[in-house]
Parts: sequence; C-alpha cells; structure tokens
Amino acid sequence: MFVLVVGGGKVGYYLTKELIESGHEVVLMEKDRKRADQIADEIGSIVIPHDGCEGKYLAEAGANRADIVAAVTGDDEDNLVICQMAKHHFAVRRSIARVNNPKNERLFKHLGVDEIISPTRMILGSIEQDIPVHELLHLAALGEGELELIEAHLQAGSPAVGKAPKDLEIPEGCSLFAVIRGGVAMPLRPDTIMREGDKVIAIGKTECETLLHGQLIGNAETADAR
Amino acid sequence: MKTVIVGCGRVGATLAEIFDKAGHEVIVVDTSTMAFERLPSTFGGSAVRGDGTDEDTLRRAGAEDADVFLALTEGDNRNVMASQVAIEGLAARRVVAKINDPLRAAAYAELGIATLCRTTLMADAVSAWLGEPVSGASGVRSPSGTHHGGEHHDLSETPASEAPDGGQPVTAREA
Repeated sequence: MFVLVVGGGKVGYYLTKELIESGHEVVLMEKDRKRADQIADEIGSIVIPHDGCEGKYLAEAGANRADIVAAVTGDDEDNLVICQMAKHHFAVRRSIARVNNPKNERLFKHLGVDEIISPTRMILGSIEQDIPVHELLHLAALGEGELELIEAHLQAGSPAVGKAPKDLEIPEGCSLFAVIRGGVAMPLRPDTIMREGDKVIAIGKTECETLLHGQLIGNAETADAR
Repeated sequence: MKTVIVGCGRVGATLAEIFDKAGHEVIVVDTSTMAFERLPSTFGGSAVRGDGTDEDTLRRAGAEDADVFLALTEGDNRNVMASQVAIEGLAARRVVAKINDPLRAAAYAELGIATLCRTTLMADAVSAWLGEPVSGASGVRSPSGTHHGGEHHDLSETPASEAPDGGQPVTAREA
C-alpha cells in the first residue's frame, strides 16, 4: 500500500518508520527543511521537504496514486486542507486527519474526511474513565456524527440498578447492548439485571442523551431525594 | 448587510472601514488585539479577539447568519477552514476565502467557496501593465461547484487548472 504522510513531527516521524517496517511504500512531506533533512538522514530519501498543503507539491509527492493520505501536522486547518485536497483533487480513496481541537471532529467528518484521530479526545476519555463520573461518558461519535457511543457508570442511586433493560423506557433509536462488569465485557440482554458498579454501553442518537441520562444515572430530582 | 471579516490585516481593515462607512453591520475577528489598531478611530462595528476558525468563537462574536463572510487572514488554510465553518455551521450566505496558492484557490472554488487569489491577481496585474498575456482570472473566483457536506462531487476528472473561471462578482450560494 502507498501511504502519503504529511507532517514530520513526532507523530509523522514514528508513523513513517512503522509503516516502512511493515513493508508499505511511504512518502513523508515536511515543510521545514531542517527537520526534513534530519529525518531523511535517518530513514532515506522518501522525505519531500515541501508543504503538503500545496497542490503542486502534493502532485510531486505522488498524491494521485496514494491509497491513503495521513495528515498529521500540528495544525487542524492544515490537516483539513490536506485531506480535502487529497480526496477531491487527487481522488485518494482514504484520508486520515489528526485533530487537535476535539470541537473540530464533527466539522471534519462532515466535510468528508474519512477518519479522524483526536489525541486530545483520547487522553480526555482516559482521564474521565479514571475518575468517578456521574454523567454519561462519550466514547465516540459514529456515523455522520449523529450517533454517539456512550458509557454510563451505574452508581448506587441509579434508577437502573436492580432492573433489566426491558423494565426501562429506552428512548427510540437507542440501544443498550453491552455491560462491563468487574472488567469483563458481556452482552446486555433485555432481561439482564443491572447492578451497581456496572458500566452500561449504549449507542444512540445525540438527542436521546437526556432521556438516557434520566434512565441510567437519574435526573437531578432523584439525586436530591437520596 | 451583516458582514463578518476574519483577519484584520490591511485588506481586512480596509474592507471593514469601507463597509462600516457604508452603514453596514461589521464584525471583525482577529487573534491579535494589536491588529485592531489598523481600524480607524471612527469604526462603529465590533472587533472581537479570537480564533476565526472556531465555531463557538464566531458564534459568540455574533457571526451567525451573516450576509457576507470574508476570510482574509494570512493563512490560506485558516481561511479555508473559517469559510467552511461559516458555510456549514453559521449559515453564512456569501463567503469569500483568500487563498494565495492558485491550485488550492481553484480547487476550493470547485468545492463551493468563492476564492480570491492574490498570486494570480498580482501576476495578471503586472503582466497586463507590461502588455504581456494574462490568465484573465481577475477578481473573486465564483464557486463553480457546490459543496453539500459529506457528498462531494468528484474533482478527479477535472484538473483544477482547467476549472471554469468566473471572474464575475460573487454570486449568492445556497448553504
């Protein structure tokens, strides 16, 4: 597979090295001449010391025959343009963008970037999973961004504890499909009784969130009552 | 007419002054407050410090539902992104992005953004003055294609260099 990597920072550098090791054909574009030379010294002449946002240099790098373009610079706007140019001007099949500002994820997806990797979101998710939360945890946006993968950590006061999904009013367009209990994942069936400490995994439309929150976490009034 | 200008450089500040004097509502956004010194003391519009590619910032600045949205920072890609945020998220009606790379300017005109390419404009101006042949791509390049979110039309068969050149004033596009 021919992969065009744009951005020779830490991510681009290690990505390129790993791809070469796995036997792929790789070209790396890095606009900073010094940085480009430095990488080229180590991994050879597959580094193009030019701006991957410029159509001219993308063409020179062989963008028109790339299977995948990975835009991993530190600037979201650059990554967006690289992916859009790759897709629409060079008909690259798959574009991957690194997104630093999680707020840009939806826009990028909407504008046709095939895959979005957000290190900020990943670290944030990891931190949120470590601290007890009384809210729904967003694991990922799916589809065109209108579906969310959600985790609910059931606390003692949760209205769902001691009940099975069939006893709850699950909003339409939403599915509770798995539970993590004691670190083990298992399917959540309509008659599985949920326990305190369970992590319920659900998928549903963004609008369902409030309803789902009431069913699994409890709303503000129930919290006050206990 | 509500006009939002992202990037208060020479061009941005000049247009802000012109539109303000003409009685239009003008909102200028720049990441640096220093840039606002380019605005005349008589400027009656609003100047907001912030990132013009950030939807929330633009919303807070009151950029929603703008009749005209001009992305004029010194970064081509920032202008591209700000324009797309304006079209997709803020329902801006007429959007112009300054893109100095001619290839990128042509490509984005095909994706539905009116583009302004200083490189081509200046090259043409100098050539014309010298009596040499010009590309003819004067003014703002009107969008020659449309952009509907995820469904892009395929540009692979039409190299951007052959894109039909507008050279006409910006025409309204449907967001």
